[in-house]
Amino acid sequence: MEYFLELICGGLTRGAIYALIALGYTMVYGIIGLINFAHGEIYMIGAFTAFIIATALTIYGFPLAAVVIVAGLAAAVWAAAYGYTVERIAYRPLRGAPRLSPLISAIGMSFFLQNYVLLAQTADFVPFPALIPDFDFLEPYSHIIGASDLVILATTAVVMVTLTCVIRYTTIGKAMRATAQDSAMALLLGINVNRVISITFIIGSALAAIGGLLVASHIGQINFYIGFLAGIKAFAAAVLGGIGSIPGAVLGGMLLGLTESFGTGYISSDYEDVFAFSLLVLILIFKPAGLLGKATVEKV
Amino acid sequence: MLRLEHVRAGYGNILAIKDISLVISEGEIVTLIGANGAGKSTTLMTISGLVPCRGGKILLNGREIQGEAPDNIVRLGLSQVPEGRHIFPLLTVKENLDMGAFLRRDKDGVKRDLEFVYTLFPILEKRQRQHGGALSGGEQQMLAMSRALMARPKMLLLDEPSMGLAPLLIKQIFAIIERLNRERGTTIFLVEQNARKALRVAHRGYVLENGEIIVTGTGRELAANEKVQSAYLGM
Repeated sequence: MEYFLELICGGLTRGAIYALIALGYTMVYGIIGLINFAHGEIYMIGAFTAFIIATALTIYGFPLAAVVIVAGLAAAVWAAAYGYTVERIAYRPLRGAPRLSPLISAIGMSFFLQNYVLLAQTADFVPFPALIPDFDFLEPYSHIIGASDLVILATTAVVMVTLTCVIRYTTIGKAMRATAQDSAMALLLGINVNRVISITFIIGSALAAIGGLLVASHIGQINFYIGFLAGIKAFAAAVLGGIGSIPGAVLGGMLLGLTESFGTGYISSDYEDVFAFSLLVLILIFKPAGLLGKATVEKV
Repeated sequence: MLRLEHVRAGYGNILAIKDISLVISEGEIVTLIGANGAGKSTTLMTISGLVPCRGGKILLNGREIQGEAPDNIVRLGLSQVPEGRHIFPLLTVKENLDMGAFLRRDKDGVKRDLEFVYTLFPILEKRQRQHGGALSGGEQQMLAMSRALMARPKMLLLDEPSMGLAPLLIKQIFAIIERLNRERGTTIFLVEQNARKALRVAHRGYVLENGEIIVTGTGRELAANEKVQSAYLGM
């Protein structure tokens, strides 16, 4: 029973991270119909930014809470700047081009950012400082849920609730939904569609960076390549839940996390990725648009 | 108020409008009639800045607006209700109206205008929490017009407001158009296939054929014109 609970907690934690990254994929897809393959790299850049800031602040002896907050904010802002810039230089000039062109541009951006970090930082794994302390009150349950699991789950929950409120109730949230549904009409109402798209990239990138910080601190090391697998998994989560759907991304992420956790826990950890992608294939056979997605006629 | 001088525009290699010159003065209702594919909608989209102007000038109160971003054109007081209404299907009626007021910062004014459109179309207030996509065609047309009014435009561009509506609803929509013009002084540029109805409410009209203006005159003159009668009024 305890093992079962441990697997559930582990699965939810994984799922929360997948969901955080998947939100960026799904929001961008919802608004411009593009799969932003460079999104995993934004997550990686977020982790590296957090690493640099956190290490520096730790050396200067700042208290842990301050280190976490400053590193988190810096990672979010820096990654958002990258997300914004990527959209400006790699996707915006291709607006109105055939759908394949921005897709190829996105893959190119992904390679570029990976190699850029490889050259600017290092090819090796670097140790990420432990930013999350052990909580005393978790001591009796430490074999089921760790401190970083709890922090990841709580942070993700807060971020999701905030995002939902922004999208549902604020003017910019409504403008994002309006643009996703009918961008020509949004233009006719005076909505600056390009700005809405930029804001979508900024929000998605900041979420990915927060995910990057949480995972890096959980696992304890990062390198330039971590964005690849995380990106693919989160993309699978977004597709699983129905790409374009925000609740779908969260649901897809959680399902994927739990599947991996149970698969590795009860069967074999060698097949971790097999479980994830088998689930994806299985669901797409029966629900091609994903769990919460709407069936559409033509999408790449 | 709005003046088009030898405007040309189109999509890709096709020039949908070849040479359009027209004038709309403040407080007027002017209609543009023509057959399917004559270039009516392209004319409106060019004015709104969604289709690039390939030649000529578009002047709003003496200021050239061709090449301006669409949001700046809305800011200058020009709102369009496009053909087919383009309601945001998954936004509620109220949210659709909020989007109409997207550029406005005067909260009190927006609130007053919301009350105004609810008095024009009480059904919208009843349905304010429903999704736009759940409305009937007539209600969607009312919502589309109300949404444009939420920007408090000085001039309203209406593209086929009667399309696909029952006769009674058409009558109601045209009555509202006249009322807006009379009570609020909103200048109206009306594109219609329903030429008979359009010429009855319009002060003046232009007839568009293959991307060019072929006749112009007052509503009554055009309704009496033989060519217009045979081509557009089925007489």
